[in-house]
Amino acid sequence: MSTPEREITFAEAVREALAEEMRRDSNVFIMGEDVAEAGTPFKVLSGLVEEFGKERVMDTPISEPGFTGMGIGAAITGMRPVIDIMFGDFLTLTMDQIVNQAAKIHYMSGGKMKAPIVFRTTMGASRRSGAQHSQSLQAWVSHVPGLKVVIPSTPYDVKGLLKTAIRDDNPVVFIEDKMMFKMKGPVPAEEYTIPFGVADIKRKGDDITLVATSSMVQVALGAANMLEQIGISAEVIDPRTTTPLDRQAFIESAKKTSRAIVIDEGYESYGVTAEIASVIADGAFYYLDAPVKRMGAMNVPIPFSPALEDLTVPTEETVFQMAKTLCRRD
Amino acid sequence: MTRKTESATKRSPEAMDVEQWLHVYEKMVKIREFEEKANELYLKAIMPGLTHLYSGQEAVAVGVCEALRREDYITSTHRGHGHCLAKGASVDLMFAELLGKEAGYCRGKGGSMHIADPASGNLGANAIVGGSAGIATGAALSAKKRGSDQVAVCFFGEGALGQGLLYEVMNMASLWKLPIIYVCENNLYNEYTHYSEALAGKVTARAEAFGIHAETIDGQDVQLVYETTKRLVERARRGEGPAFLECMTYRYYGHHVGDISRTYYRSKEEEQEWRNKRDPLKLLADKLVGGKLTDQSVLDRIVTDVRSEVEKGMQFGIDAPYPDQSEVNQHVYA
Ligand SMILES: Cc1ncc(C[n+]2csc(CCOP(=O)(O)OP(=O)(O)O)c2C)c(N)n1
Ligand SMILES: [Mg+2]
Repeated sequence: MSTPEREITFAEAVREALAEEMRRDSNVFIMGEDVAEAGTPFKVLSGLVEEFGKERVMDTPISEPGFTGMGIGAAITGMRPVIDIMFGDFLTLTMDQIVNQAAKIHYMSGGKMKAPIVFRTTMGASRRSGAQHSQSLQAWVSHVPGLKVVIPSTPYDVKGLLKTAIRDDNPVVFIEDKMMFKMKGPVPAEEYTIPFGVADIKRKGDDITLVATSSMVQVALGAANMLEQIGISAEVIDPRTTTPLDRQAFIESAKKTSRAIVIDEGYESYGVTAEIASVIADGAFYYLDAPVKRMGAMNVPIPFSPALEDLTVPTEETVFQMAKTLCRRD
Repeated sequence: MTRKTESATKRSPEAMDVEQWLHVYEKMVKIREFEEKANELYLKAIMPGLTHLYSGQEAVAVGVCEALRREDYITSTHRGHGHCLAKGASVDLMFAELLGKEAGYCRGKGGSMHIADPASGNLGANAIVGGSAGIATGAALSAKKRGSDQVAVCFFGEGALGQGLLYEVMNMASLWKLPIIYVCENNLYNEYTHYSEALAGKVTARAEAFGIHAETIDGQDVQLVYETTKRLVERARRGEGPAFLECMTYRYYGHHVGDISRTYYRSKEEEQEWRNKRDPLKLLADKLVGGKLTDQSVLDRIVTDVRSEVEKGMQFGIDAPYPDQSEVNQHVYA
């Protein structure tokens, strides 16, 4: 008889991963704005300072480039910092430190130095937060050699991937969807990690492949349910990490289904979807019955008004419609 | 220039241990000779790219690093050869790096502006002006967290005073009493612009605003640089927090080796004045010989020996093979 699976929220899974790794390795510490008693504005880190103290859960001034750079200095001298960048939009402030410093230290030193550091940040619209607190900038960091990039979509994945990120010897940008923090899902009580570069099939299907990341996985699953009603069987694949990227998984799925849509909440132009779509077009060309389609955030600054904001992000309905068209069922 | 600098000319080297000062002299000569050869390699089109020479500023790197232990950290700049050598790098592996050879400190992947030698505490030069301020301060944070008594030194030119990152990390260094010394090498020019055109207010006041102890000194007097740094380092090791040291200095050559015609931003007279009256090597030699602590022949001997070491090191770099093509995508990830 199997034990009933435990359910926890996405935020609890993040917290558990951090707590377990901090217990395991005394070099792991957290640094960022309002991470200690406040537990971040999203309350994701609540309780950690009580267990680990203010030396290991460090509140900083509002100085993103400063504490990001200091994290890198600590990482190359023996520590394993987890840097908290409250909103993904603020990644732009830290770009020199992440892109020109952390990502290149190992290579530029001919392999002599390494920067084992995690930059935890957020993404996603739909919170009525306006144009400077709603972006999904995973394409920016996925573009840069030397960085690994994780965009988890479930409580199970976020816990296993965050533990792997903290143990990785490279700089890892770890992007969590703000809208998912309260989402519940099964997470075993036993310890586990999830390797990078292994896509996960969230739903099996035969007629069309929906490659979806982070917030878009639930959207794709919802669309798949709608498609089932009209007799279309959709496969939903989640890359989980954009670097490294599990190219073979998308190619195999597209070869099987002969159609694919790639969905990611970053801006559609030059986005994560473009990279994955080209991988599929390249690797499954002779098996495709339709062009590979891409769906991302509309190419506009994210508007505040709910009436407008909701138009900018792919939804179950828009994915459903696109899939129907690709399968010539409209 | 009406900057207040502590006068060093009156100070005598008697208190110095002669052996130590001969060692300091040797290090300064090594930097001077290394840079002469680097310039030669550029002029003969043997060196790929450009490089920024440290000649004229030797007393800063050597005086500061003389006050450090091998395990203490430094971060360096685009004008970084002096810092590397002063912290303990060897000339042959540096030449190999400058020439893009596999034997170089970074297997030829870093180049002149990115030499790192963690074995001697050198966490790397940086081609982003002010880019290492966070890294150095983070190394100091790490030293404190690990309970070691290491100190970090962040070298930067006065041009980096225009970068916001520096002020963010100085704030945190002061808040958390981190063991770091910010060494500002004020060589008067940010590239081709006199610093007075780019800098408002008083330099030390910027550090003082964060509650950081700050001093401005004559960066051509290696004894003064050493003694001041030693005091600041001891203070930091005792847990008394960061310090800021502005060293007034001068680069003899152009901003980089290709900057030959400079009269549009500084006069030949100014260059001659510094070379003739404020040369850090001459100043130390005068003290040692004038104070009868050593003979000119001993110093000449040092120069001869260093020249042959540098000559050999350069030849090593020239003869060393390039990295294999298979290296190109190695070390992207650890
Ligand atoms: C962020 C950044 N901006 C501009 C440059 C181009 N640049 C390289 S060196 C330099 C001048 C730096 O002056 P200073 O810091 O005083 O150092 P010095 O060259 O005098 O040693 C500039 C503008 C750069 N490398 N990085
Ligand atoms: Mg300068």
